[in-house]
Amino acid sequence: MSDAKKFMFVNRKAPYGTIYALESLEVVLITAAFDQDVSLAFLDDGVYQLKKGQQTKGIETKNFSPAYRALEDYDIEKLYVEKEAMAARGLTEEDFLVPVTVLSRAEMGKLMDDQDVVLSF
Amino acid sequence: MLHIINQSPLNSSTLDTCLNTATGGDVLLIEDAVYAATKGNAAEAKLKAAMGKFKLHVLMPDLEARGLGDRLMDGVTAVDYSGFVDLTSNNKTCQSWL
Repeated sequence: MSDAKKFMFVNRKAPYGTIYALESLEVVLITAAFDQDVSLAFLDDGVYQLKKGQQTKGIETKNFSPAYRALEDYDIEKLYVEKEAMAARGLTEEDFLVPVTVLSRAEMGKLMDDQDVVLSF
Repeated sequence: MLHIINQSPLNSSTLDTCLNTATGGDVLLIEDAVYAATKGNAAEAKLKAAMGKFKLHVLMPDLEARGLGDRLMDGVTAVDYSGFVDLTSNNKTCQSWL
């Protein structure tokens, strides 16, 4: 795809407390439908979006976490997690719903520089 | 007095301000504040230190929604919605740290 651009979605908010995580996911799926080169970056509290075992029955809110598992069906397989953010929250790669690439902050910064479009949530 | 916190400890100074300002009583963590009560997070030591001064509670449905129902740190009491109501009715005043 010669006209495909490199899109990065930067996710820095925890799920449920605000609408950002869900909104990001919606836009990611739209972008994928246009055959763009999509990367998802999870920084700060954004790493919580990928936590396994979310059960939202008690707060009567839609559990949208299974949608992260469906991303690969849309050829979205570039998921990057900030190593420092993960460590500060007591999480490891095994805690996540989907396979991710763990990057240091410095590596994440370089990856951002490589993008054509960066969208922040 | 009951203090209610709803912001993530790593994204907001709300928890710090509350713990440093309030003189004691009940603290209830709800919404994104429940992350403060999870094992291994960076605010864990802060919360442990506050245990001598405050009675700490966490709203369990919010912790379960975030996939961390099995990571609650020791010394924090889990409450459900009726426990939330009890806390508000058993305290003379209630401060939501927005």
